[in-house]
Amino acid sequence: MRITQGCFSFLPDLTDDQIRAQIDYCLRNDWAIGIEYTDDPHPRNTYWDMWGNPMFDLKDAAGVMMELDACRKANPDVYIKLIAFDSTRGFETVRTAFIVQRPKVEPRFSMTRTDVRGRSMNYTLSTVQP
Amino acid sequence: MPQAEVLPVETPEKIDLAEDFQASGVADILRELDEELIGLAPVKQRIRETAALLLVDRARKKLGLAHETPTLHMSFTGNPGVGKTTVALKMAGLLHRLGYVRKGHLVSVTRDDLVGQYIGHTAPKTREVLKKAMGGVLFIDEAYYLYKPDNERDYGQEAIEILLQVMENHRDDLVVILAGYADRMDNFFKSNPGFRSRIAHHIEFPDYSDEELLRISQAMLAANEYRFDPAGVEAMRAYIAARRGQPHFANARSIRNALDRARLRQANRLFESGAPVDAATLSTLTAADINASRVFAGGLAHERSAAQ
Repeated sequence: MRITQGCFSFLPDLTDDQIRAQIDYCLRNDWAIGIEYTDDPHPRNTYWDMWGNPMFDLKDAAGVMMELDACRKANPDVYIKLIAFDSTRGFETVRTAFIVQRPKVEPRFSMTRTDVRGRSMNYTLSTVQP
Repeated sequence: MPQAEVLPVETPEKIDLAEDFQASGVADILRELDEELIGLAPVKQRIRETAALLLVDRARKKLGLAHETPTLHMSFTGNPGVGKTTVALKMAGLLHRLGYVRKGHLVSVTRDDLVGQYIGHTAPKTREVLKKAMGGVLFIDEAYYLYKPDNERDYGQEAIEILLQVMENHRDDLVVILAGYADRMDNFFKSNPGFRSRIAHHIEFPDYSDEELLRISQAMLAANEYRFDPAGVEAMRAYIAARRGQPHFANARSIRNALDRARLRQANRLFESGAPVDAATLSTLTAADINASRVFAGGLAHERSAAQ
């Protein structure tokens, strides 16, 4: 199942040039860029693994691309996303995040319904790895 | 569906290099270089040549002739205080105007910024610096400290390897300038042939002449709205001649320090005289402010005794 998380996820996968353009946009806004990866894209899994520290004070997308390539090489078959953190007072949060790599076969999700207390129902979503 | 018409790529037939020179802003940078930097004629000449090469290369690209991105890594060698960092800053601007680096910022580092303190610390540190320098110019001051031949476990070697790799693979992304004193740089290049072959431009910075140093001192004062009175100029001339023979002479940097001390003495003099002061008095350095310098007495006390 194609995961739709973050920006651009309903579009075809971004090419490297498009990723570079997005990074340049983020850097122009003085956002710090972090690279994160995971094999479990569960919507509630907010803590993806970090690839190194977030990158502050960069001027050009080439630096991020260098790290991204290293991350892709080390993790060829997982999800990788870029997140851009805005440290401006009042924001101090992630301003944009987008997926830059997907595994060849994406996992599915399955939903389990559990009866609790009479007619109430609990729903559990879990990732099913292919 | 009708076939989309393929537009022919437009290649101009002629390029006016002189116009390109003006339009790209290179002319402005070179003019700034001429006006702001005193002396350094061979350096300016080399920079002008490099600029011409890059302009021609760019014109060839526009006309569709064979071209490959030239290697732009450079080494600046020269004694302390001859303006290596200042020129590097101008160089970054020049390369940016010509479109050889995308952002044109200068990241200035020394060994401490590149080399780590324990195993596994160096590579991330060096990469961090390289990432920041991407799209601009990485200026490595006193580059020979990276290589310490007497300690084979030194982490500097690791930084050198990463640098070399990035200099080769990311030629379009950043330009590396190595700077340092001439003799030690020579040794450094001898023991690291990889660097020598990856650096196309070796630019040597000559020492300033006494006359140039005097003009530099006047320019430095003018920038802070100070000036010498006529006797002060003569005193400064004598100071420069005396200072050059003494240890730790660092060209323009020595002059800057001397002027800072002269301003200190001037402030003291004005303060102790107790008379009311006007703008002219406040901004004039006299011979007395210069002549009180220890340089005329033969340097610092321990240097004098060493000389005897």
